[in-house]
Amino acid sequence: MPRLSVWFVRAALIYLTLGFTFGGLMLANKGVPIHPLIWRLLPSHIEFLLFGWTIQLAFGVAFWILPRWQTQRGNVRPAWAAFLLLNGGIWLVVAGSWFNWPAWTLVSGRLLETAAVAAFAWHAWPRVKPWVEGSP
Amino acid sequence: MPPITRLFIKASLLYLVAAFFVGVILVLRPMYDLPAITAGFSPIYFHLFMVGWVMQLIVGVAYWMFPKWSKTQPRGHDSLALATFWLLNAGLLLRVVAEPAQMVSAWTGWGWLIVASATLQWLAGLAFVANTWPRVKEK
Ligand code: HEM
Repeated sequence: MPRLSVWFVRAALIYLTLGFTFGGLMLANKGVPIHPLIWRLLPSHIEFLLFGWTIQLAFGVAFWILPRWQTQRGNVRPAWAAFLLLNGGIWLVVAGSWFNWPAWTLVSGRLLETAAVAAFAWHAWPRVKPWVEGSP
Repeated sequence: MPPITRLFIKASLLYLVAAFFVGVILVLRPMYDLPAITAGFSPIYFHLFMVGWVMQLIVGVAYWMFPKWSKTQPRGHDSLALATFWLLNAGLLLRVVAEPAQMVSAWTGWGWLIVASATLQWLAGLAFVANTWPRVKEK
């Protein structure tokens, strides 16, 4: 597995742990009320599991297994940018939801996430190609 | 394909069908006078789909395809993988029953079953992460 995939997949596993923990807390709180503030975790639960876990894992695995040119993975800069933008965006959205930050933090977070997926698509586009004889 | 992966993928397919079935009930609700318990189906629909189908498919395929842990234990601890399967499924099925039931029944036990469901699913997540983390490594 290349280094960037390790970063993507390990980050995804961390978000999975956080997202399941928050989901578990909210579900338990639904069963036996603990504290109303626990509902504040809902936006971060969704953000962590849909984007932090599912999308990030898909990016990590795609970067690893999409067809290559001999040993090269093409232009890897946008893929690294996607990693930084996606995680920056997630944390902006989540911090905004926890601390009641102004709406523009949510907008900026979402814009960073949008830039992240665009950057990843840019990287992956030319790699969606037929396998060439003799290359991995 | 290892036997544990087959277990995960077959279960995930059943959840996929179940999720769509619950989805049909949800669109029928505003049209017909369906039993009150169906009012609690919305989060069930979503989690059957995301936990039952997507997550479980990922777990099964990751166990099969991720880099080997070691020569002697290529897929890590099978006991952790099996624990993930049983904890996740017991937890999710318990949620499917108890979460809507709590909305229509005064029995306090439902609340505690929901707590149990939350705990089981959380433990399933931890077991999966523990078994997968060491397999995520550079070649
Ligand atoms: C990949 C896994 C998961 C994803 C993508 C996910 C996503 C979501 C989403 C999008 C919602 C909002 C649904 C809505 O508002 O109708 C939600 C709500 C919720 N989730 Fe999850 N979730 C996941 C796993 C879990 C787990 C494992 C638990 C518990 C152990 C959990 C507990 C909850 C609870 C309690 C709610 C609130 C339900 C309500 O509105 O009453 N989730 N989740």
